[in-house]
Amino acid sequence: MAARLSPTPPDAVPAELFRPASQVHERAEAITRPPVGRWADAWGRFRQNRMAVAGLVVLLVVGFMAVAGPHMTPYDYRQTSLLDTDLPPSAEHWFGTDELGRDIFTRLWYGARISLLIGILAASIDLVIGVAWGGIAGYFGGVVDDVMMRIVDVLYGIPYLLIVILLVVVVGPGLWSIVIAMGSVGWVGMARLVRGQVLQIKEQEYVLAARALGVPPLKIVWRHVIPNTLGVILVNVTLTVPGAIFGEAFLSFIGLGVQDPLASLGSMIYSSYQVLRVYPHELFFPSAVLSLILLGFNFLGDGLRDALDPRERR
Amino acid sequence: MLRYVARRLVYAVVTLWFIATLTFVLMHLVPGDPFSSEKLTPQIHQLMLKKYHMDRPLWQQYLTYLGNLARGDLGYSMRQMNRTVADMIREGFPVSAHLGLQALALGLVAGLTLGIVAALHHNGWPDYVAVFLALVFISVPNFVVGSVAQYVFGVRLGWLPVARWESPIHTILPTLTLAVSLLAGQTRLMRTSVLEVLGQDYIRTAHAKGLAPGEVLWRHTLRNAILPIVTVMGPLTAGIVTGTFVVETMFGIPGLGKYYVQSVYNRDYPLIMGTTVFYSVLLVGLNLLVDLAYTLVDPRIRLGKAAD
Repeated sequence: MAARLSPTPPDAVPAELFRPASQVHERAEAITRPPVGRWADAWGRFRQNRMAVAGLVVLLVVGFMAVAGPHMTPYDYRQTSLLDTDLPPSAEHWFGTDELGRDIFTRLWYGARISLLIGILAASIDLVIGVAWGGIAGYFGGVVDDVMMRIVDVLYGIPYLLIVILLVVVVGPGLWSIVIAMGSVGWVGMARLVRGQVLQIKEQEYVLAARALGVPPLKIVWRHVIPNTLGVILVNVTLTVPGAIFGEAFLSFIGLGVQDPLASLGSMIYSSYQVLRVYPHELFFPSAVLSLILLGFNFLGDGLRDALDPRERR
Repeated sequence: MLRYVARRLVYAVVTLWFIATLTFVLMHLVPGDPFSSEKLTPQIHQLMLKKYHMDRPLWQQYLTYLGNLARGDLGYSMRQMNRTVADMIREGFPVSAHLGLQALALGLVAGLTLGIVAALHHNGWPDYVAVFLALVFISVPNFVVGSVAQYVFGVRLGWLPVARWESPIHTILPTLTLAVSLLAGQTRLMRTSVLEVLGQDYIRTAHAKGLAPGEVLWRHTLRNAILPIVTVMGPLTAGIVTGTFVVETMFGIPGLGKYYVQSVYNRDYPLIMGTTVFYSVLLVGLNLLVDLAYTLVDPRIRLGKAAD
């Protein structure tokens, strides 16, 4: 042992056997994979999530049908025909007719259009108010935060339905009153979420750096804080849309949805529920499309959550 | 601890007062009054308003209501004569709570199990099945679930009664309908939570020191993973035991859920206030209980400090 450990005299190793070792270390620092931006990276992971892609495809198909579907038949969604009431599916009426002889296929896609519109509009209101509210409360903190979040708490404490029903009753049922009613209370969840995110992000060094450079607070929120919460916000939006569509369907169920002759999936489900025992197919089609839309958004939102979550990065 | 509870109780009263006030203002913003939908001559209409002291200025009505509320008096319904709001809640709540707790128990047990199994087989087929099921169950609205269940099991197969609330058998379909979405939510939450915990160092340590897998699961994984579930239990329970309008209407269940919609429709002011306050008290109370339960589940949490 002792013999092995003793240092070899320098002249025992010829100089030509020495090789510089530094290059190995330099190569370890080299970037081997092509640089991938945040969104490209997310897209890559999103594509691998089969359920999310399926959700997106379902939504695209339903969206296309909502635009084109009502024009595929010779009928109008309002056109009644008292001789052709409650027909089963046939060559003339692909999905049959309802109790007023209106073509269900036409009404179905028209209703899908209205439901999607309500969902997207309500989610947009949520997005604007919720992000602004949560962003300001979280960034400024202190008294501002306290007051703003207490307001949120109070809104959260009143049953969501009560406010929505009250507002719809005040404004009168209809497409816009539903959107306004749901948008005006739905942002509460978004505000809480954004505030939580902002509270984390504002402690980061780059925000400190921006502040030290004298960037005005609102600009910091807009340029630095909001973009970094975008993933969470995006996911929440994809999950808010089905919530609003569901909400509209529920309002239809209690008679406060869009009014005849306008169709929404919820109002179609409600009116067909009355005749469920006799004409189950009238309930089946709108329920299936409604469930497909909600499934599509939920799958999409779930996939996005995984794709944008940095912890899932491999 | 006691100081914390005392402070929370003060907060709770303030929150309740806010909610009651806001509801009071909101409902008086709605045009019409409880008697405007009945065909009454103007004189009788005036007399009705006078009988319920609704001819007085709004701020007087508000103060009177708050005074009564403080004494626990919710008043009489304005549309169902000679019925107190308290009576209506006393009759409806046990039914709604029965249905709600049954669905909650089922949804919780099934959802947690599914979530744990999914997380333990992360990216394996049980995981995919559980995630898929959860998403489907979340996406299908309860009135669709309910009507399909009624049609298949009630009308077509004739196995179970379609509606009404008479015997334990009658509770099966509505319980399942309610439990479906609960199950889905719990599955997702539990799966995420368990996955999060499984990635922690202390789990690796527990395995490394040779603990049996079951021991690691019970003592280290589940005890930590259950916290988010405890958090959502407050609002979830408050919501479900106060009744669900859709399910109660579909299945003809004499619960509390219908009042939340009916009262607004009828401008039945005392009933609107009563049901809202009742729900809020439950919500605030259960949230307080949940916060206290944290200390039992997780000894690291000390409430007095967290609140400062």
